[in-house]
Amino acid sequence: MHTFYFLTLNGLTMAALLFIMASGLTLAFGLMRVVNLAHGAFYLLGGYVGVQVIRDTGSLTLGLLAGGAIALLVGLLMERFLLQRVRGLDLSEALLTIAVGLIIADALLVVYGGQPVSLPLPRELRAPVDLGVMMYPYFRVLIMVFAVLLGIALWLVMTYTRLGAAIRAGVDDRETAMSQGINVPLLFGGVFAVASFLAGVAGVVGTSYMSLTQGLDVRVLMLSLVVIIIGGMGSLKGAAVGALITGMVSSFATGYLPQFALFFLFLPMTLILVFRPQGLFGRAA
Amino acid sequence: MADTMIGVERLEAHYGLGLALQDLTFSVGKECVAIMGRNGVGKTTLARALMGLTPPRASGSVTLLGQQVLGWSPQRIAHLGVGYVPQGRRLFPSLSVDEHLQLNTRKGPTGQRWTTSRVFELFPSLGRRRRAYGDQISGGERSMLAIGRALVTNPGCLILDEPTEGLAPAVVEDVAASLKELSREGVAVLLIEQNVKAAMLAADRAYFMSEGQIVHETADGESMSDEATLGRYLGVSV
Repeated sequence: MHTFYFLTLNGLTMAALLFIMASGLTLAFGLMRVVNLAHGAFYLLGGYVGVQVIRDTGSLTLGLLAGGAIALLVGLLMERFLLQRVRGLDLSEALLTIAVGLIIADALLVVYGGQPVSLPLPRELRAPVDLGVMMYPYFRVLIMVFAVLLGIALWLVMTYTRLGAAIRAGVDDRETAMSQGINVPLLFGGVFAVASFLAGVAGVVGTSYMSLTQGLDVRVLMLSLVVIIIGGMGSLKGAAVGALITGMVSSFATGYLPQFALFFLFLPMTLILVFRPQGLFGRAA
Repeated sequence: MADTMIGVERLEAHYGLGLALQDLTFSVGKECVAIMGRNGVGKTTLARALMGLTPPRASGSVTLLGQQVLGWSPQRIAHLGVGYVPQGRRLFPSLSVDEHLQLNTRKGPTGQRWTTSRVFELFPSLGRRRRAYGDQISGGERSMLAIGRALVTNPGCLILDEPTEGLAPAVVEDVAASLKELSREGVAVLLIEQNVKAAMLAADRAYFMSEGQIVHETADGESMSDEATLGRYLGVSV
């Protein structure tokens, strides 16, 4: 029974991380049909820079902000100076984001080396807390709380603000939104920036769960894409449900049937692509 | 017709290799002008070209509210003060009726006369569905909302692509009357229609399109309901 609780909590932690990664990515994807394949590299970049700042300053808050800020900066530059030049050319956009991702990951290897890096957390955050059913690291609980708060905040913005309504309109029908005066390219730039920031923050907090190492960018990117495809692009609710499914499957498959972990991770995505290509909560194009 | 609000000169537009619009020239002042023609003669392509929605291969000159807009993005054209009711309504399924209107409400070239509540006065049945989403309302309500969403931008000119398609005859009359009223208030209304009755009720004059060209313009005093004209260009009898 203990293993079951442990795997459940690990699954929830993973789901929280994936939601932080996928929530912004799916909105940006929905707005301009551009999927940022450098998103995993943004995670890695935020992680390394954040950990460095925590080591140098001893401040977790500064580390989180630095990790988010560096990813935000790179995201903004990439959107403004690279993506805008190939707008509307699907293949060029995808290849461009892959190229940027590879360059960032390689640069990080040069700067930070290939040794796995873990998060230097203060003792009070590392210590386990009693959750009733079992003891679990406090910081992982905080990650889950943060993901839930982020989800609520994004939901409130999307549901009750003019900005949220404009984003929903753009995701529904980009062309009509533009013809009604909504500046969809500008909205996309903003959402892309927020998504990049969140990827950087996820990289810092996620390092408490998975050590930073070469190849982690691709793994995190793949899982985020699974989340988006299961949930449906452009859907916040979809990102939440997709993250829960993917996080749980990842945790339980790794725990009980590690040799089939990848099979179970990609099976739901494959079924969705075949039988419901718009995803659980996406709208058919 | 003192000022030209919509001026189109020698407009050509292509889809792939085919020429969809050829050498179109017409103008609209503070009046309601209908563009009529059968399916597939390029009416929707024309509306899309005016809104900046046709793929880049359009040439000629399009002047809206005094600005040369060919090559502008659709959102820039919209903010110039051009209201657009696209063919098929194109409402947003994720937005409620209220949100459609609130998102578009702005001070336009004609001030702030059109508000959400005035749209609900014009279309009372829409006012009873304020919380319904764009894909949950009836066909008639969809048309009303698509028109309302263009009106609350307080446009200086309004381009409507078959706005009365699927509307009950009584509602068609209401819509036509409000379009006529709008043009009297100084808005240039370009009404792309197949519905002869709506066009006759709303429009001061009409152009007839065939195969991407304007083939006929109603002369001064010529009735739009002239049977020979309608029969020749629309294949209908009244």
